[in-house]
Amino acid sequence: MANRLTQAVTGMQEWFNDRAPSFGPFYAKHMTSYYAPKNFNIWYIFGVLSMVVLINQIVTGIFLTMFFKPSAAEAFASVEYIMRDVEWGWLIRYMHSTGASAFFVVVYIHMFRGVMYGSYKKPRELVWLLGMLIYLVLMAEAFMGYVLPWGQMSFWGAKVIISLFGAIPYVGTALTEWIMGDYLPSDATLNRFFALHVIALPLVLLLLVVLHIFALHEVGSNNPDGVEIKKGPKGNRWSSSAPADGIPFHPYFTVKDTFYTGCFLLICAFIIFFQPTFGGLFLEHDNFIEANRLVTPVHIKPTWYYTPFYAMLRVVPNKLAGVLTMFSAILVLFFLPWLDRGKVKSWRYRGTGFRVALFVLGICFVWLGKIGSGPGTDPVETIIGRFLTAAYFGFFIFLWVYTAFGFEKTKAVPERVNGHD
Amino acid sequence: MANDGVDKGRRRFLTATTAVVGGAGIAMAAVPFIKSWQPSARAKTAGAPVEADISKLEVGQMVTYEWRGQPIWIIHRTQAQLDALPSQDSRLKDPNSSVEDQQPKFAQNEHRSRKPELLVLVGLCTHLGCSPKFHGELVPEPFDPDWKGGFFCPCHKSRFDMAGRVYDGVPAPTNLVVPPYYFIDDTHIMIGAAEGAA
Repeated sequence: MANRLTQAVTGMQEWFNDRAPSFGPFYAKHMTSYYAPKNFNIWYIFGVLSMVVLINQIVTGIFLTMFFKPSAAEAFASVEYIMRDVEWGWLIRYMHSTGASAFFVVVYIHMFRGVMYGSYKKPRELVWLLGMLIYLVLMAEAFMGYVLPWGQMSFWGAKVIISLFGAIPYVGTALTEWIMGDYLPSDATLNRFFALHVIALPLVLLLLVVLHIFALHEVGSNNPDGVEIKKGPKGNRWSSSAPADGIPFHPYFTVKDTFYTGCFLLICAFIIFFQPTFGGLFLEHDNFIEANRLVTPVHIKPTWYYTPFYAMLRVVPNKLAGVLTMFSAILVLFFLPWLDRGKVKSWRYRGTGFRVALFVLGICFVWLGKIGSGPGTDPVETIIGRFLTAAYFGFFIFLWVYTAFGFEKTKAVPERVNGHD
Repeated sequence: MANDGVDKGRRRFLTATTAVVGGAGIAMAAVPFIKSWQPSARAKTAGAPVEADISKLEVGQMVTYEWRGQPIWIIHRTQAQLDALPSQDSRLKDPNSSVEDQQPKFAQNEHRSRKPELLVLVGLCTHLGCSPKFHGELVPEPFDPDWKGGFFCPCHKSRFDMAGRVYDGVPAPTNLVVPPYYFIDDTHIMIGAAEGAA
């Protein structure tokens, strides 16, 4: 009996392989024969976690579209309908709203990890660029998603962000009217943002994620030591040609990632069940009031993941200069692989200057985020914000000068990853 | 099927012409999709001029109308507020309303209005489009100890005087916009058109 079953399964496998012979090798290349460095630490779970969140956003998002009405007249009420009348609707919506913030948490940590360990450096520049594109699309996706509930902060946030394009000389006003399809954020705006949020941008996002992973799997993963395992000795338990310090992604890292995914989901569940608004950070209080175009909320602020850039916009006294500063702050990250001329990847073996600078960059980002989420009335805070903005850009200038002119005193990088035996 | 028979010139010609015609076709086909984002006929109709009744507007009061989804303020200024206007000139970015896009020609004067006491403004900050708050009293305010009445934007702290003129050192780049308007009679204003028979 068992023999018959085995025969049947083998038969089906053969049938499938005859017709799609490239599927097996494709799976092996990305899973069982993808050799990742064995010294991965906890910083290496955030790529997988962002995929978990992406899947959560897609699944919960599909269900939200079944109940949501993308019109200015009905959107706010339909969200309340989801929260109150749809069975388990509140859970689906809170999973989606908490997922949005969780997405940025894991993506920011994932990016910071990349800078810590020099993961953007040769040969992984393309992986970094694709990752940055994902980040850009994600910001647009999150912004448009936040407009959909048509609360006060949805409306006024949209107004402020869209008006940024109005700062562009000559075409600014026409451009904002084209984006909104009206003279103000309106039904037309909400309707098109809905289309972009649920169809256009998720498709782009998925394509970019696939390219990001393919690009990574071509060159192989970096690791906390910044050692290229492909350049090290060959031969491990599974293959004589594979890097000696690599272990198969599946099952070794899938097990590790599954464990941490469990821990991560536990934290998310706690937020979803007990702190879904997260004190006004994940869902702002003003967004529980329906959009009113004639009444401005006392403090218009974007959700927390934009606030560092929003703070930069606010502390610069000139509008166009502020907009340019804000966009440059994101744009400069694209050039990181070429600004950093240092050969040593991991901060474990880099100069003290780099480690201090990265620490300062982290503080600048968090502090700017705090300023950007505040009312912005304090003139002292504005001065501090200007210093922090200067320091943020200073990091990139410092990094280039530090590495291009040989100021960096690096430590010896080991031949192989730590604990390779 | 040897390569000897390949006519490279013909192949290049076909590749180039296909690329050009195809490219032009894509560019043309993109136009309707891009144009579909323009304000629709319905949105344009909804942006028609609005009539405001000011017969009940007392001195010192403000009334808000809506035109094109923008708050339009009509303020009956007090004599004290009008008298204080020249005193602010040195603290302003553009005291003489020289940025022409910010007001129709008829409002390019000290009080930025057709009738000195009646101020008509688009109630949106020229920084990022928040709606500033009206602080009409000539008393010291937390944001300005030397306040002579005006508007304060809660979003990014821009300040404007009682003629909607922007103060120096705030993020808003220009004075508040004066919309086109005209008086139908002493108590009715048409907002959205500078001349009669709109």
